[in-house]
Amino acid sequence: MKPERGTGVEVRLEELHRHYGSTRALDGLDLTLRPGELVALLGPSGCGKTTALRILAGLDEPTSGRVLVDGRDVTTVPANKRDMGMVFQAYSLFPHLTAQANVEFGLKLRKVDRARRAARAREMLDLVGLADQASRYATELSGGQQQRVALARALAIEPSVLLLDEPLSALDAKVRTQLRDEIRRVQLEVGTTTLFVTHDQEEALAMADRVGVMSKGVLQQLDTPQELYAHPVNAFVADFVGLMNRVPAEVADGRVRLLGTEVATLDGSVTDGAGVALLRPEQLTVRPDPDGTAEVVDVMFSGAVSRLRLRAGEQELVSQLSGSALSGLSAGTRVRLGVDAERLLVTAP
Amino acid sequence: MARRSGVRLRPALGVLPFGVYLLIFLIVPTVTVLIGAFAENGRPSAANLAALADGSVATALLNSVAVSAVTALIGGVVGALAAYAVVTGRPDGVLRRLVTSVCGVLAQFGGVTLAFAFIATLGISGVVSTWLDAHLGTSLTSSVWLFGLKGLVLVYSYFQIPLMVIVFLPALDGIRPQWREAAANLGATGWQYWRYVGLPLLAPAFLGALLLLFANAFAAYATAAALVSQGSPIIPLWIRTALTSEVVLGRQNFAYALALEMIVVVAAVMIGYTLLVRRTARWIR
Repeated sequence: MKPERGTGVEVRLEELHRHYGSTRALDGLDLTLRPGELVALLGPSGCGKTTALRILAGLDEPTSGRVLVDGRDVTTVPANKRDMGMVFQAYSLFPHLTAQANVEFGLKLRKVDRARRAARAREMLDLVGLADQASRYATELSGGQQQRVALARALAIEPSVLLLDEPLSALDAKVRTQLRDEIRRVQLEVGTTTLFVTHDQEEALAMADRVGVMSKGVLQQLDTPQELYAHPVNAFVADFVGLMNRVPAEVADGRVRLLGTEVATLDGSVTDGAGVALLRPEQLTVRPDPDGTAEVVDVMFSGAVSRLRLRAGEQELVSQLSGSALSGLSAGTRVRLGVDAERLLVTAP
Repeated sequence: MARRSGVRLRPALGVLPFGVYLLIFLIVPTVTVLIGAFAENGRPSAANLAALADGSVATALLNSVAVSAVTALIGGVVGALAAYAVVTGRPDGVLRRLVTSVCGVLAQFGGVTLAFAFIATLGISGVVSTWLDAHLGTSLTSSVWLFGLKGLVLVYSYFQIPLMVIVFLPALDGIRPQWREAAANLGATGWQYWRYVGLPLLAPAFLGALLLLFANAFAAYATAAALVSQGSPIIPLWIRTALTSEVVLGRQNFAYALALEMIVVVAAVMIGYTLLVRRTARWIR
């Protein structure tokens, strides 16, 4: 059960444009963050997600458009007056200060007295599980610990908005998962409206209340992780969020025929004629059949679920099966493919 | 056991030539100076050291320290500002390439050539002196300021400033843009960023560079020798006098005592620097 939310503020990015010469880093971005929610902006490098975050932080200026925080237009307010906490990708701790002094930094600028800021820093370090590392310098902390201190530092000033700029990307896989869960726990605990930028879809889906998928400076879809995964609005979103198989199909009357079966099409699909149906690995079923049209290339066993690489004619496909469904399947097995989905997105061929 | 220690010693073999170099050109001369300063005619003696307290020698030491400290400060401040101007430009820009190339040359530009360049421009018959006297009514052509301590400060600054630019650029390059952004994000103004982050981070490198500049000026000989023909206002020129003079009978080893004095001054400055930056050891890795 999620803890009760604190009092976050609403953040609106309205029709944001950011042009660098002929390059449009942002091309009319509209995004609203509800009070207290964590929105992840997801997309490939150069899609504009970091630009959006930097504009919200005041570290970059939009060519046009508005930034509103709690209804107030802050588009021209400088970064140091925006009252936002930010965690950078890496190496943002001040190396000449201890973890404690780093966390106190923003409070010192706000002229909070020594005793109160020390207590607040302790409280924040405790929140991120580093109370016993307070006297250490950045060089004496691991990458994961440094990012926790950075999070504590950003939260110490009780920011109206928390900004996370790929804070996990420089960490190894195990620490990344731990810290991901921790950031989410802390964010829920303090209830600060949070914008989180990442190129890692797993991270975005696991942490965010809503995920915005960006491409070429435009927000393609903003939805809950479940909706985004189940009902992508276009091929880009479908492709970017989760591995997709592309299977030739025929569409007629709102239904798509493929692999010997027929299901309904999702909104945004082609309406008639030949198309390419997008299937997630778990939507592609596999049954051993000597007369089947596909063949198992290899089996990647990974505990509860395993992945099968398949070849059907010239095409490579991936299926995801539970451990028990794997019996009788190994490299070289002939198989019959099927579909386990109620609706599918079909794009133009 | 023997084999294991052999394996352990192997990396040390690589630095052996450097060790030999240090031994021959640093340790042996230092020990020779040390022994020589305390001896006269093969017998232990404090006469040479006592002579360091002589009025003109003591003044020369003060002059040397003053010229070195002033030129280190001028070079340090002006060079650091110039280096900052360079790093605010594009890292691969023309300005940076031009400035680093020019500084690389100018920092090594000393001795007779440099002294002559200044004599030819600002000396008694210098082009600039003559022009200024004729047009602005100055009296540079009748002044010998260039050949005294003021002149040394000006001429030394000529190579101190570019040297500072070269040694300080890497320190400025090491300042990450995230620190500035993080500070701004936490509410710092530009001034507060420099006060609480930028300057404290650069202080050890700045002090280290000042020390280098001080030692550079303190040991400079050729430029001063070419510029100053009357007397020995600084210690290196006193060493020349002590080595070549035939009138310091009974104090043949006086040059050793002067050299020892220089070693002590540089060592004292280095110890001072080490104490100053000792607390930074934990965060500079």
